[in-house]
Amino acid sequence: MDESLWYIFINASLISNFVLAYFLGICPFLGVSGKLDTASKMGGAVTFVMLISSMCAYGINALLVAIDAPFLQLISYIVVIASTVQLVEMFVKKMSPALFRALGIFLPLITTNCAILGLALFQTNKGYGFLQSLVYALGAGVGFTLALVLMAGIRQQLDFASPPKVVKGTVITLLIAGILSLSFMGFSGLGG
Amino acid sequence: MSQLVKEPKQKSFFTTLAESPSTNEFMKGIWKDNPVFVQVLGMCPTLAVTNTAENALAMGFATTFVLVMSNILVSALRNVIPKEVRIASYILIIATFVTMTDYVIQAISVDLHKSLGAFISLIVVNCLILSRAEAFASKNTIIPSVLDGLGMGLGFVLALFSLGAVRELLGNGSILGYSIFSENFQEWIVMILPAGGFFTLALWLLLFNILKERRNHG
Repeated sequence: MDESLWYIFINASLISNFVLAYFLGICPFLGVSGKLDTASKMGGAVTFVMLISSMCAYGINALLVAIDAPFLQLISYIVVIASTVQLVEMFVKKMSPALFRALGIFLPLITTNCAILGLALFQTNKGYGFLQSLVYALGAGVGFTLALVLMAGIRQQLDFASPPKVVKGTVITLLIAGILSLSFMGFSGLGG
Repeated sequence: MSQLVKEPKQKSFFTTLAESPSTNEFMKGIWKDNPVFVQVLGMCPTLAVTNTAENALAMGFATTFVLVMSNILVSALRNVIPKEVRIASYILIIATFVTMTDYVIQAISVDLHKSLGAFISLIVVNCLILSRAEAFASKNTIIPSVLDGLGMGLGFVLALFSLGAVRELLGNGSILGYSIFSENFQEWIVMILPAGGFFTLALWLLLFNILKERRNHG
């Protein structure tokens, strides 16, 4: 792979934004985008777990290729991601109780966030090296946070408006997400 | 109301069938508790692979297979799995069936496998499957679990197909690859783009909300 690190970063965060172009991590996108504060914390937590699980996935893949057992890929990824999240949770609880309280509810939820598993699978499919994988994970995390924070900002403004009763909740959130997705397509020119 | 209660013998065959508990396990997933339109579960594949009706159907049936098989296994092992590690065990069971499905689809059609991409593997983290394992299969015997899985799966197929059909019809002017409109039809490119997925799902949910509203007031 001869893609530059900068291109990988821009590609993962803006051009192929995980939420708005690949539809990964829609559940937290719809679920925790109500408030700006929680949205940015969730974004931070996801980025952190993405970085760690990207490193793990790189190691596992190397191991699986070495022992010639690619069919174990999916099972080992999901197990490692779940235990990483558990480990991170315990670590944060011990080292910084304040941060733990802030992230508390969101950390376990990240296990079933398809963006994390998707990231691990994509980086394997694209054949990224170690450094490239890390940059890809960072870009994906930043893109996820960006989408979440944008959405939360819009939804906070929406609280002051009065949409018809039938579109309240999920429907209007999806419509906004569609418009955001359209505007993110404008970044596709950056790829060249 | 009281008249209806008094005449239980005059129920037709179909009413009896419709009111039996096992039919209920099956039907609730298709309409009343539809996983996509009512429970809003499993959004990622719903939006990502519904750009054509064919992809939507393939994804729907793959998910149904995993759902039914994992429901069977979870239900059969429900007294063996310790409570503390149940979620991890469910995920392992699901991941095993997803890996099988992935290889089977690759063996049947390489093109289909390519167009669905990583989303077959991502069935593992479809919240629908885990939620059925946790909420239904772990508490019920095998037969109701199979019915529940089939019903939820078909409800999912139905939802995916209704999204995929609309997007393919407007974005490509065809359904399942057959052209519907004349050559002058101007395709709505936006419908097959990611944004179209959000818009179509929003409109289907809007329709369901309006129907619900009507029923509550009517």
